[in-house]
Amino acid sequence: MAQGIWIIAEQREGELRKISFELVSEGRRLADKMGQSVTAILLGSHIKGKAAVLGKYGADKVIVADDERLATYTTDAYVSVLSQLTRASEPAIILLSATVQGKDMSGRLAARLGVGMAQDCVAFSIENSNLIARRPIYAGKAYATVTFEESWPQIATGRPNVFELNEPDDSRPVEVIGAEFNLDDSQFKTKIIESIQEAGGKVDLTEAERIVSGGRGMKGPENYVILEELADLIGATVGASRSAVDAGWRPHSDQVGQTGKVVSPNLYIACGISGAIQHLAGMGTSKYTVAVNKDPDAPIFQKADYGVVGDLFEVVPALIEEIKKIL
Amino acid sequence: MNIVVCLKQVPDTESQIKIAPDGRSIVTDNIKWVMNPYDEYAVEEGLRLKEKFGGEVTIIGVGPKRVTESIRTALAMGADRGILVDDPAVADTDPLSTARVLKAVINDLDSDIILCGKQGVDGDYGLVGSSLAELLSIPQISVVVKLEVSADGSTVRAHREVEGGIFVIESPLPVLITAQKGLNEPRYASLPGIMKAKKKPLDVKTLADLGLDPSEVGADAAKIKIMQITPPGQRKPGKVVEGETPQEKAANLARLLHEEAKVI
Ligand SMILES: Cc1cc2nc3c(=O)[nH]c(=O)nc-3n(C[C@H](O)[C@H](O)[C@H](O)COP(=O)(O)OP(=O)(O)OC[C@H]3O[C@@H](n4cnc5c(N)ncnc54)[C@H](O)[C@@H]3O)c2cc1C
Ligand SMILES: Nc1ncnc2c1ncn2[C@@H]1O[C@H](COP(=O)(O)O)[C@@H](O)[C@H]1O
Repeated sequence: MAQGIWIIAEQREGELRKISFELVSEGRRLADKMGQSVTAILLGSHIKGKAAVLGKYGADKVIVADDERLATYTTDAYVSVLSQLTRASEPAIILLSATVQGKDMSGRLAARLGVGMAQDCVAFSIENSNLIARRPIYAGKAYATVTFEESWPQIATGRPNVFELNEPDDSRPVEVIGAEFNLDDSQFKTKIIESIQEAGGKVDLTEAERIVSGGRGMKGPENYVILEELADLIGATVGASRSAVDAGWRPHSDQVGQTGKVVSPNLYIACGISGAIQHLAGMGTSKYTVAVNKDPDAPIFQKADYGVVGDLFEVVPALIEEIKKIL
Repeated sequence: MNIVVCLKQVPDTESQIKIAPDGRSIVTDNIKWVMNPYDEYAVEEGLRLKEKFGGEVTIIGVGPKRVTESIRTALAMGADRGILVDDPAVADTDPLSTARVLKAVINDLDSDIILCGKQGVDGDYGLVGSSLAELLSIPQISVVVKLEVSADGSTVRAHREVEGGIFVIESPLPVLITAQKGLNEPRYASLPGIMKAKKKPLDVKTLADLGLDPSEVGADAAKIKIMQITPPGQRKPGKVVEGETPQEKAANLARLLHEEAKVI
């Protein structure tokens, strides 16, 4: 009988990502309901030292697959190791992060194991020891509640910034053990040639707690400096509407919306964005939304917790000054 | 070069989504069906590869009869032929089963590159591409924003978008690529293209034609089931930030964010 909840932790360049702690926290809550244990799985190279932290958030055990060939994520190697570990231990539930990496891995892993997979979930619950997942569809215009049909492991990815972090508990005991696996890299076909990092090392939009976004109302690429200034002040990442991206003002990777990034920050400030349905779909789960728009009838105001009707070129600089007074 | 593009038809992104009385599906009456936006990038990339290396672009769709329209659009853009798998048994199936059906079609095609969209903007799964690559035992490179094929057509080099950067990944062919926005600028179908498309072959197949059994790939085989579809929670009505001047409004906003929302 399949037992226990597994969290596939995610590291990049040896650093654990916040989503891993969020999923361990959520996994702990689910496991307590089932009376089962939480095991975090960590793949990487020289990574063992990072493993114990996962225990503070609720993992009972961390299984570390340490190998030079696992230093950087590749589909081939990671899916191979995870499918071996899964077959050997038969966990009931596996949660991965709904990041580019987690999403790349999840479909392939589920297909290899021949089981169901729920992508990009925002809530989980347990009924009769079965996972029930809630996930946005149509970019958040609706939500689907899905169940897994009598098959194990039940695999799902969880969206970053959605699951509450447990208070880290330094006194929690955790067992860290090495994984047993074979890596036959003669079978692996893809090679990483290069990794190009975006300049600035900003928090990615999907993980950002605060976002300042600009649309066509910004009038041109040069004006984004005022959004950058506001963003720097409050620790935010700058995003954009598709119109701004298509105009070539901002890179594609900055686009928020149905065909861009789906984001869930604590604070989303939309400047000169009308609020087209595709844009709203991408930021609808933000906790607080601010809209700055000179058109009082702009649809964005229907989604805004705080709406400022006005010229962003006056309001944003004034806002920067006011926030400086507070901070 | 044999290029395959998997094409999904989805509701136009403008669509309002209404939940059907059964609580498990959506109302499709007034929906305008279009080619999945990410699949447009996949089709365009397929056409560019064909222009460079020769060969054929085959479009494969799994879905009801209306999907022929989107396949015709791809043919009008320049693809060579289409295959639609239309069978009532696959109407409510899951991504893994869809991948199994696609595999059965692709098995006969001897393809070098298979292109999918990053995800369907309906169910937002992003699963069919990687599942299909697994079933075909070929490598996958997902979320690709740039694709180069070596002059001799033996390897691809793809730029894969990850959070905060790009990985450049090399793979031998055959390979499965999933297309991300930014990969290219999809062309529009020209009028002559639309005329020509009408004469291009578009085969419709059933599961039986592919030697598949509904019990393996149909709704009953689905490993995940949608129990319920619900609307997004209603937001509580927002506030208009008061003030006579931009400065006053800014001051009020800063105070609300600090004291009420406590987000700064
Ligand atoms: C298939 C498809 C997918 C799409 N996906 C996305 C997506 O993922 N993300 C997305 O964002 N869009 C998407 N769109 C595009 C979407 O439909 C809209 O066209 C787009 O979001 C509009 O961007 P905008 O709000 O910046 O521009 P506009 O709609 O032109 O709005 C500009 C706003 O700025 C305001 N403004 C102008 N000057 C000022 C000023 N000085 N001060 C204050 N306000 C000012 C105006 O009042 C206006 O409301 C998609 C469209 C399609 C067809
Ligand atoms: N029914 C289908 N027919 C053909 N291709 C599909 C189908 N469903 C998904 N795909 C392909 O897989 C991609 C990802 O879809 P999904 O996994 O549904 O998000 C799409 O962009 C298509 O390229």
